[in-house]
Amino acid sequence: MDHRLAPEHAQLRRTVEEFARDEVAPVIGDFYERDAFPYEIVAKMGRMGLFGLPFPEEYGGMGGDYFALCLALEELARVDSSVAITLEAGVSLGAMPIHRFGSEEQKKTWLPRLCSGEALGAFGLTEPGGGSDASATRTTADLVDGAWVVNGTKSFITNSGTDITALATVTAVTGRRPDGRPEISAILVPSDTPGFTVGQKYSKVGWNASDTNELVFTDCRVPEANLVGRRGAGYSQFLRILDEGRIAIAALAVGLAQGCVDESLRYAAEREAFGRTIGGYQAIQFKIADMAARAHTARLAYYDAASRMLADEPFKRQAAIAKLVASNAAMDNARDATQIFGGYGFMNDYPVGRFYRDAKILEIGEGTSEVQRMLIARDLGLPA
Amino acid sequence: MNIVVLVKQVPDTATERKLRPEDNTLDRAASDGVINELDEYAIEEALLLKEKHGGEVTVLSMGPDQATDSIRKALSMGADKAVHLNDDALHGSDALQTAYALSKALGTLEFDVVVLGSESTDARTGVVGAALAEYLGLPQLTLAGKVDIEGRSIRIQRQTDYGHDVVEAELPAVVSVVEKINEPRYPSFKLIMQAKKKPVQKLTAAEAGIDVAKVGLNSAATEVVDAAAAPPRATGTVIKDEGDGGLKAAEFLAAKKFI
Repeated sequence: MDHRLAPEHAQLRRTVEEFARDEVAPVIGDFYERDAFPYEIVAKMGRMGLFGLPFPEEYGGMGGDYFALCLALEELARVDSSVAITLEAGVSLGAMPIHRFGSEEQKKTWLPRLCSGEALGAFGLTEPGGGSDASATRTTADLVDGAWVVNGTKSFITNSGTDITALATVTAVTGRRPDGRPEISAILVPSDTPGFTVGQKYSKVGWNASDTNELVFTDCRVPEANLVGRRGAGYSQFLRILDEGRIAIAALAVGLAQGCVDESLRYAAEREAFGRTIGGYQAIQFKIADMAARAHTARLAYYDAASRMLADEPFKRQAAIAKLVASNAAMDNARDATQIFGGYGFMNDYPVGRFYRDAKILEIGEGTSEVQRMLIARDLGLPA
Repeated sequence: MNIVVLVKQVPDTATERKLRPEDNTLDRAASDGVINELDEYAIEEALLLKEKHGGEVTVLSMGPDQATDSIRKALSMGADKAVHLNDDALHGSDALQTAYALSKALGTLEFDVVVLGSESTDARTGVVGAALAEYLGLPQLTLAGKVDIEGRSIRIQRQTDYGHDVVEAELPAVVSVVEKINEPRYPSFKLIMQAKKKPVQKLTAAEAGIDVAKVGLNSAATEVVDAAAAPPRATGTVIKDEGDGGLKAAEFLAAKKFI
């Protein structure tokens, strides 16, 4: 039993910690207030190789693993969740489907740019009428004269409307299966394809320095070779991508939970009330102790899920547990940290206000907490 | 071009730093060790010089076992190999002795230019670069905000209070850099992995040809006699502008002889 990090993972964690502290923390609040995408920070993350972390060097990646990505996400989210989700979506939703299911040609064409962070990929699954129920997909892709013609609308798509967005991989109905159910496949649509329209930019409660838009496809024609993976395998492929993504979101949530501990410790040592620093009061100490315990246990949960995934063992239940407890930890810690900051916690001058706004989505995105419980229950053998 | 970059591990400035009560030397166990911040600029400059002129970047660090972490970081930024001068006899060496010891270690290496940070965040003497150049009998180009090499000629902009001086010398030379010179890169995971395989040569005082009677606490030219915490900053003077704020500010500055 050893949960200590390998030296290279420890050094990566430390490097991203320094980057987040020195490059992200001082400036991100301003982007957040303006709902602006931090291109320069994303470019720096690209130069550090963060977008290529889990991909092989032959495609421009760093030759690391998914756990390395998780560590980077945790450290970024300690300071800011917007840049963390930009990285998470870029890697595990934008590039990963191509790496895992794409053809050699697709990998050679797209991965080097995505790994460098010079281009971002998006992943279109959710639609106005359905989120985790991927089988309710309404978007269609019809094969006409050797080209897929894509029509439909995708909702809440991260990284879909930036100046550097290069493509979206979308799920679409490509026919009927013998049993009458829709055949769902994944189609890669470059963002410069005529009919690829970035729809409304959402006004969000949190993650305000990240890019989230609706995507509308109107007779969007792409070559037949843009099918990602097998025809009709779109649904099962995405389940795998979502299982992995839960570990990444858990890591991001742990980062937010830890950021709340960091900020609370700092504030408790500075802020005085009734003649002493508030860190001397048990009411504050117990809160911070609980916060640290939540962050720690959630961290162990995602470490465990990641280690199972890397060992090619089943990890669906552990990923769902990690996502569930980590998003709970983030939400609880954001509430407690804001309380410790009192009136200042309600002001946007301190990061905890941002943490509070960013925490809620963690109980919703990449499968709601209810979906996680459903997955855990099914994996325990309870009836579907 | 062979470039040697000097790297020092120092206590993290973000943590509380302490001296050991028995000999007033730095308590390295009391806080996390990190690479001296200005050394990161020196490493970056060395890597930029290599990218432009080719050659190899060698890291040289003098320090105890823990300094390995800083050496690793320098290697994962892109340096090619490292030499770690590590000997108990060096404990407590002051700035002059450090310069002497480093000059001896450099004597075991081939180099065209030595790059280092202009000072360290722990002792802040800022003299090692100059003293090292003296020991080596080489030109010293200190406080560089810009470095250019052409053939065997090296030219720097030395930062001063009033602008900069242009200083030129023949290689080999010793260059100390200030932080405006560049923006240090962050190590990528690929380089972190590669750094694990890069050679780190251990060097003892004897192997470097260092006369141990000339180094260490006992023969140091300087001695830390006492240390005290910096006094808390006094409250500033607040001038309220009632139409004459500029005048009052000027009077304040004149009284302090700033203007």
